[in-house]
Amino acid sequence: MRYAETGYNLEIDLSRGNIERVETDPKLLETHLGGLGTNVKIHYDRVGPEVNAFDPENLLIFSTGLLCGTPAFSANRTLVSFISPQTNLLAYPMMGGFWSAELKYAGYDKVVIRGKSPDLIYIWINNDKVELRDASHLKGKGAVETQDLIRQELKDPNVQVAAIGMAGENRCFTASIEQSRSSSSRGGGGAVMGDKNIKAIAVRGTKPVNLARGEEFMAHMKDIRKYIDFRNENPIPEVMPILSGIGSPQMMKHVDEKWHTESFAWGNSRVRRKDFWTDEIDKTWTESQTSAIKRFISCFNCPQQCGALIMHDDVPPYMMKCFSKLTYTMAAFVDDLDFTWRICKQAFEYGLDSFSTPQILAFGVELYEAGIFTDEDFKGCPTDKEGRFFWLLDRVARREGIGDYLADGTYWAARRIGKGAEAFDHNTTKKHEQMNIKLGMLDPLYYLMFATNEKISITQIEGNWPQAAFPDKKTREAFVKDWPQLPDEKFKKYFVDWEPRGEMANPQYPTPEMSSEIVDWMEMLHNIDDALGICCGMGSFCLKPPYHVHNYSKLIASATGMDIDQAGVKKIVNRSRNLHRAYNNIRGMRRKDELPPADHWKRRFPDLEETLMQTYYKFKGWNEEGIPTRERLHELDLDYVADDLEKRGILNDGQN
Amino acid sequence: MAKIKKTVKTIKIDADKCNGCRTCEVVCSAFHSEPKYSSVNPATSRIRVITHRLKDIWLPVFAGEYTPAECMGRDKYIIDGKEYDECTFCRATCPSRDMFKDPDSGLPLKCDMCEGNESGPLCVEWCLNDVLIFEEREEEVEEEVVIDEMEAGLEALIDKYGYDKLGTAFARLTQKA
Repeated sequence: MRYAETGYNLEIDLSRGNIERVETDPKLLETHLGGLGTNVKIHYDRVGPEVNAFDPENLLIFSTGLLCGTPAFSANRTLVSFISPQTNLLAYPMMGGFWSAELKYAGYDKVVIRGKSPDLIYIWINNDKVELRDASHLKGKGAVETQDLIRQELKDPNVQVAAIGMAGENRCFTASIEQSRSSSSRGGGGAVMGDKNIKAIAVRGTKPVNLARGEEFMAHMKDIRKYIDFRNENPIPEVMPILSGIGSPQMMKHVDEKWHTESFAWGNSRVRRKDFWTDEIDKTWTESQTSAIKRFISCFNCPQQCGALIMHDDVPPYMMKCFSKLTYTMAAFVDDLDFTWRICKQAFEYGLDSFSTPQILAFGVELYEAGIFTDEDFKGCPTDKEGRFFWLLDRVARREGIGDYLADGTYWAARRIGKGAEAFDHNTTKKHEQMNIKLGMLDPLYYLMFATNEKISITQIEGNWPQAAFPDKKTREAFVKDWPQLPDEKFKKYFVDWEPRGEMANPQYPTPEMSSEIVDWMEMLHNIDDALGICCGMGSFCLKPPYHVHNYSKLIASATGMDIDQAGVKKIVNRSRNLHRAYNNIRGMRRKDELPPADHWKRRFPDLEETLMQTYYKFKGWNEEGIPTRERLHELDLDYVADDLEKRGILNDGQN
Repeated sequence: MAKIKKTVKTIKIDADKCNGCRTCEVVCSAFHSEPKYSSVNPATSRIRVITHRLKDIWLPVFAGEYTPAECMGRDKYIIDGKEYDECTFCRATCPSRDMFKDPDSGLPLKCDMCEGNESGPLCVEWCLNDVLIFEEREEEVEEEVVIDEMEAGLEALIDKYGYDKLGTAFARLTQKA
């Protein structure tokens, strides 16, 4: 019997119409855990560097995490991995909701999809019975609407459906996959799904997920539950609401958006509106939000409520994720929150990522204002800000007119358009849109995270360390007293010494060495989350989260029966992390690509930035090109990867 | 029949607070697995959250008595603008739906208020949103024969296969043992 994992993957070859239930090697649990870890291994082994996003050989993997379906709170992430049409690297956007638990209960850890279907289909997984079903009647239907249509067709309200909308069908590079109240957004998973001609994957399961030492597992969960209760009752006072608790329910529950609307940039990440939050805005936004939110909702087995059911005026009901609330409104320079409730419904039905897409639409508006897009390009477009965004959104999802350019994302659109449009692509990392932040002083930790992480978007990686130094030492000392999540006591001193201004402030402090240690720790946490399928709102994104490096190994050990401690977990996720990096190196990623958005900070320090990168690379065991050295790979039992890199001329003997 | 004093245990459900997480299903099935907490399978849970998310329906229902017959009614109710059919509120295991039946054996499942667990029903204990509230009260009721889980299971098998088939199967198994 296998514990925590089911031990079976579903392998579907759409070109041949072949479906197989394949038993996985139990040793993979010991070497890569599950979730992101085992996904990376499959891509490394089976998808060569010559494969592009829209080739039939590109694998599209829907994976559960190791703890999905167990009583571990918030272990509900579905991890979708594929070669991204936007970055041409391995992307792995995740979604919450209910799908991954249902897949586990159907008896599978992953659905591995290759090839392309000749016609639009949906996949129906019902325990051992798996079918490819005609989806021609669902063509053009919304990604949210499709979920209910399939549930009705299958006559089972408990079926969980992950679906794409028109944007995915049209292979828009920022197309998402929508499921219940969540979406797998970044990097264009919806486009790859659409390219394979899959409208949706429906799943229903009625089998058990086993635990090796269940009583012990539940005892650990009781401790974690105690902490959740404590944190919910005692939010951290020194920080903004979204970091003060766990999860991100604050985005839906709190109306006060002074911090986000005044600190983040509006439009195409250009302008900060430092006096935006007036009494009048506070009043109208409060009225709008309170009337639109019908109920706060959760993902599977999660005690927090980061989503909301939206019922606003004549907009059909839908479910909203935390930060979508602000993205379109701020990108469009619209001051009326009602616009959010209207446009997000449309965006979710089209199945478009609500981080990248608003930036892309704002980029389109900028090009028009700069005369690069013409009146002819905008023929038929309403002149008001709201109408213009709806019109652009529609063009993108349909790939009509200029929408066909914009649907490739800012980077590729700028290069196809030419005429100086490249200068407006100022907020991307590795060809992918970043958060709409435009700040003053370079931050060494964020510099490293933006530049080097394989997630490519830093959101949800950065949370375990405060985003800014606290003003006075006394508060800092009080803060570190209750910080069991830290991996090492020395981090407390790093934080206490960190001043908002002066010599011990950004960008010189934390030093490159300290920054490397802090970033490595936060990155490790998110890699553990992504292997286990735990929501980062309970782990890597939280300032003081319930799950951390000291309790994860206990959960893994009692769930799987593995004899594993903290060092063991660290080694496994390091292994997967370096395998992911080597894979992207094979696909061409080098030092020159490791740059944060060009226009992210006003004050830049080229020498320091270079030192930061070199220090971090060295700390990680990577060479000057950001490629893992043979020595590092050997430590992680990845000698076969070192051999592969040498054979391909990426690592040169004697130099690395 | 004589009247006796009985402690009635029940779970009050405040559906307005339910956020649809289904933790109640997870812990219920884990508690009732053999050995305890050895597996999780919401399909075997004695409590199920009936959902229709876009209609704002999240309604935990816990399993009641087994009944061999389908009921006659199929009434519909509209409450707070949401439409429910009669089965939505019914806690019985019956032939017309799969709810509260073990997915493998088809045998009925019934809420036992997590008998033996010192802190009461686990669904109540683990619900962080206070949707489920355990209630105990003294009531004077008519004495009745208590049917335990095995008897309810056997009764369901008899309904399905009849005494003869079940008797033959039981005799054969006894011989093998």
